Amino acid sequence: MERYTGNPDAVRALVRDLEVHKDTYIDEEVFALEMEHLFANTWVYVGHASQVPNKGDFYTTTVGTEPVVMVRHTDDSIRVLYNRCPHKGVKVAGETCGNTGKFFRCPYHAWTFKTDGSLLAVPLKKGYENTGFESCEAKHGMAPVQNVKVYRDFVFCRLNPNGISFEDYFGESLSTIDNMVDRSPEGRLEVAGGVLRYMHNCNWKMLVDNQTDTCHPMVAHESSAGTAVKVWQEAPEGTPKPMAVELFAPFVSSYEFFENMGIRVWDNGHGHTGVADSIHAAYSPAPGYWEQMVAAYGEERAKHILGDTRHNTVYFPNIMVKGPIQTLRLFKPIAANKTLVESWTFRLVGAPDLLLERTLMYNRLINAPTSVVGHDDLEMYERAQEALQSRGRDWINVARLFDPAEKEQKNVATNGTNEWQMRNQFRAWAKFMTESM
Amino acid sequence: MSALDITHKTLTDFIYAEARLLDEQRFEDWLNLFTEDGHYWMPLAHGQTDPRLHTSLMYEDKLLLRVRVERLAGQRTFSQQPKSRCHHLLQAPTVESPAPDGEHVVRTAFHYVETRQDQQTLFAGWTTHHVVEDAGALKIRLKRVDLVNCDAAFGNIQLFM
Repeated sequence: MERYTGNPDAVRALVRDLEVHKDTYIDEEVFALEMEHLFANTWVYVGHASQVPNKGDFYTTTVGTEPVVMVRHTDDSIRVLYNRCPHKGVKVAGETCGNTGKFFRCPYHAWTFKTDGSLLAVPLKKGYENTGFESCEAKHGMAPVQNVKVYRDFVFCRLNPNGISFEDYFGESLSTIDNMVDRSPEGRLEVAGGVLRYMHNCNWKMLVDNQTDTCHPMVAHESSAGTAVKVWQEAPEGTPKPMAVELFAPFVSSYEFFENMGIRVWDNGHGHTGVADSIHAAYSPAPGYWEQMVAAYGEERAKHILGDTRHNTVYFPNIMVKGPIQTLRLFKPIAANKTLVESWTFRLVGAPDLLLERTLMYNRLINAPTSVVGHDDLEMYERAQEALQSRGRDWINVARLFDPAEKEQKNVATNGTNEWQMRNQFRAWAKFMTESM
Repeated sequence: MSALDITHKTLTDFIYAEARLLDEQRFEDWLNLFTEDGHYWMPLAHGQTDPRLHTSLMYEDKLLLRVRVERLAGQRTFSQQPKSRCHHLLQAPTVESPAPDGEHVVRTAFHYVETRQDQQTLFAGWTTHHVVEDAGALKIRLKRVDLVNCDAAFGNIQLFM
């Protein structure tokens, strides 16, 4: 029985001021509607321009559950195409990345397409003469995603031809990407160090919720970060503090620390933790880096850039960015109960290698399928995915520090343990789910 | 002057004994097999040469290994309630090269199964042990674990291969 399809009121009713219905996490019909509406109406992250530096370079990925290929076209612009041959439906670009030259060639029947998707040639073309082929969908080649925006080398797209503009969608939230890029003395990032891929048997939104959930680290991560602190305390006096301990220890900071860290909420479901302070604020300096930044930006501006130590920025719907540690996590929905988490890292072009080393160590310690911190979190998500099937309770609670006046406010900083950002995400969820229904 | 008579057999016996400690969950004893500067390395990329400027699945020094071992025994380690178990199936190890710097390099193909609750996951790959003599005993300076599908998307891997 379809309960939500074509019924925007039923979808909106899943989100209340203080609680969210379990169907948003476990119902397959809701998931299908997310793919059809939410991931089409919002601006979704595709990839980074440094992954396709030369003409013909491509990178294959998904937007929602749609296979797409991001490619550097012959005019040097970046295009995003649905990765599907218009002939028999075969995925055209098969590798994760590579160079296709001036055109894609489908491996099944050798139809070829320019890197803007347009049909270049079909073998035995005569067989299509006087058939009416001109009126077929296939005549138009691989479908391009019309709305693509490259912002400081970060590539986003909106699958729905109509909808909110990139600028209106992200607004002030782009300041986190700006800060991450500005941390390079050359103002440039490169994808570096490989991507960690971690399969989660849970709904993608559990991961998004977790990014600004500041009341869980001292509880769920007592086993990992707490043990790291304990082991470190047993080290002989005078032992230099290892980088790994510097990265782990802040996870088990006090409630007070996270309250004071602050949280800021933007329109359309975006928001970030770490306004006044963050778990990334007290890392040791990298020798030579400060001097590079002063030379590039001047002292005042360098101080401003490096003083902004935001923790997690959620770009709704499905990425999280850490400026101070140059990480982007992408929560790729596969099914209502399955999500692929990809954790990407960036080199600050021109900066000391030590910063990349720290970023990669952080990614490994926190985001790998072998990460003890990851194990702590995934255990909670998978327990939730299983137990949400319960008929004993139907709602997930997001009431912490709710204030009815918050709905009229934007770009506001508040107590770091506020669940406002989770509520903000679900308000955006209801809006973009129903916009095209 | 070496105190130990290190032969092909003592090296291969050492490799088998190490895997057995893991299968028997004797993690403290297993940890003691590593030198103080020892590492356990599980690369993320095929043929990876750099553990520093390329991400790995694991690149654990002794402190990080100790964190893992203590965590496995912790009362609030919820991802180990219930606990995982593991099983190693090793091919006969080969001693790779004479060791000019006192390291013995031993390569072993393996199948490894990790289980928890109703789930059983099979991994396959090769380990490369760099074994040295340390205070009259064989110790591991480096254990490198190359999974055949190192770049695949995995769920939790909670124990040691």
